[in-house]
Amino acid sequence: MTDVSTTRWKVETRTKASATFAIVAALVILIAFAAPLFASRSVLQDLFFILTMLVLAQNWNLLAGYAGLVSVGQQAFVGFGAYAMFALVILGGLDPLIAILFAGIASALLAIPTAFFLFRLQGAYFAIGSWVIAEVVRLTLAQWKMLGGGTGTSLPREATRDMPALKFVGELFGVKSSGAGDILTYWLALILAIATIGLAYRLLRSKQGLGLAAVRDNQEAARSVGVDARRMKTLVYLAAAFGTGLAGALIYVQKARISPDAAFSVVDWTAYVIFIVVIGGIGTIEGPIVGVIVFYILQSLLADYGSWYLLILGLIGIVIMLFAPRGLWGLFAERTGIQLFPVRRRLTGGPLTSSKKGGPHG
Amino acid sequence: MAWLDTIIQGILLGGLYALFAAGLSLVFGIMRLVNLAHGDLIVLAAFLILVLASALGLNPFIAALVAMPVMFAIGWALQFYLLNRTLGADILPPLLVTFGLSVVIQNGLLEGFSADSRRISIGGLESASVALGPINVGVMPLLTLASAIAVIIGLNQLFYRTSLGRAFRATSDDPVTAGLMGIQPKRIFATATGIAMVVVTIAALYLGTRSNFDPTIGPARLIYAFEAVIIGGLGSLWGTLAGGIVIGIAQTFGAAINPEWQILAGHLAFLLVLLVRPRGLFPRSVD
Repeated sequence: MTDVSTTRWKVETRTKASATFAIVAALVILIAFAAPLFASRSVLQDLFFILTMLVLAQNWNLLAGYAGLVSVGQQAFVGFGAYAMFALVILGGLDPLIAILFAGIASALLAIPTAFFLFRLQGAYFAIGSWVIAEVVRLTLAQWKMLGGGTGTSLPREATRDMPALKFVGELFGVKSSGAGDILTYWLALILAIATIGLAYRLLRSKQGLGLAAVRDNQEAARSVGVDARRMKTLVYLAAAFGTGLAGALIYVQKARISPDAAFSVVDWTAYVIFIVVIGGIGTIEGPIVGVIVFYILQSLLADYGSWYLLILGLIGIVIMLFAPRGLWGLFAERTGIQLFPVRRRLTGGPLTSSKKGGPHG
Repeated sequence: MAWLDTIIQGILLGGLYALFAAGLSLVFGIMRLVNLAHGDLIVLAAFLILVLASALGLNPFIAALVAMPVMFAIGWALQFYLLNRTLGADILPPLLVTFGLSVVIQNGLLEGFSADSRRISIGGLESASVALGPINVGVMPLLTLASAIAVIIGLNQLFYRTSLGRAFRATSDDPVTAGLMGIQPKRIFATATGIAMVVVTIAALYLGTRSNFDPTIGPARLIYAFEAVIIGGLGSLWGTLAGGIVIGIAQTFGAAINPEWQILAGHLAFLLVLLVRPRGLFPRSVD
């Protein structure tokens, strides 16, 4: 009983692997920011695609993997963010970069009324309900004749060419405006991806994150100890709408051409995203990162096979869900115990050799 | 009289949506499974009828009769070997597996039949109509509604008058206790999905004969079916018919104002019902 008062117990989430990984991650981020110095335009475009899909995947993972809100209608926010950006640029004369931020806010605002409808539906009905909402947003925006109606429209060239940020990047690297556009959108995608992962990780390590995990594991038990499940879910839903809207607007700054069918495509913005998260590992931050890499490799290998590609992706998704529901990262973490983004709280310190079970700290 | 015509057309269209929805409602009622591939299975059945009708030169109605046992077997196997593994407290596996299945069926059909629009031809019946007082109604839409009513009566009879129906209800209430009484829940679930696929085949016959279809239209049919189920109230087949009719009338009225608004009007009607009657018009169960 003598040394109990001198030893200190600590609650930690950090592991040895995660500390090493933090250094590696910092290096990777530095190299990634420097990529425009040595990478070609097509590589940057591929990286842009990977990073934006990663952002969408992390947002969907937060919804489905942590808040238990399985949405198949996130294309509502991709499309709405993209259309909001187009409206602000074409009708409002805003700089596209500033418009991206406002588009994210617009998506979060759209999520308020949709949450009001959707939260009346549970589980699987929430899923299809979210799809209905996406269809309603698509069909409504297709009526907006000033933005091209059902056929869509393009960003005016002068709006994209005259961005001050674009001129700055162009002069910095000595490239033309199209090349500078690729660099700029790539950097923005990189910042957005890092911010999304950073914020998601922070959320999951916080008190709210613990509440969220408790709600996911057992809603009744979590509510009985005072977690406001509905409030947590609503917050995650709004945050995911914001992130998804930002990503949608950014994707369409790069594409510079929009149509309702493309911007609200359930295959591009939801099916791919679901497969990325499921294959990588749902309910982990590492999962979508692994998933998006596997997804990119599969796409490079199978892109020429058209619908066979989606068919194979669907089959892989089904097999993973049945036999390894925690995904590829889950399989890896289970065998090695490695967590790069640890969120589990562990008790460390104290008398390690203590045999006094049931003592004051037992 | 134009508005009366619009309402009648809407009611008849509602019959088609009720047929889409009946199978979904049946499967949900018994095993709390929402099959996101339901719409694609309807399209799959339509292609099956098309192939049988053109390859064997069968009348589409006969072809649908031949397709029924095939679809039953597909549904039975699908449930027994695949979907039963996903059932449990977690809602993720069934949703994601059926979503994957939807993508697989859609792209399999695209690979096999291309993205071309098809139609199952039924000759003169397509344009045949009868005069109902001052209104002319198509024979096929009338047959669709009649089939929807017949399917619902049939399913209700099956549920409440047969030992299989008793097993369905028992398994739905409590699979463990039902298992103690000698019922094998997994087989019951498989049979239920098989029967749902027979209903899907009937829906597919009318889908394929009344309008063009291609491999990608499945998800939209799933959404209509889902809206009909929610509007009607979970667990009530007659409610599902009413839900289908609500969607049908909303769509025909939307189309009467502006053809581009047809689908949107149906969705808005659904959202309106969700707003004022979140549990549907005729709620029965507490899910």
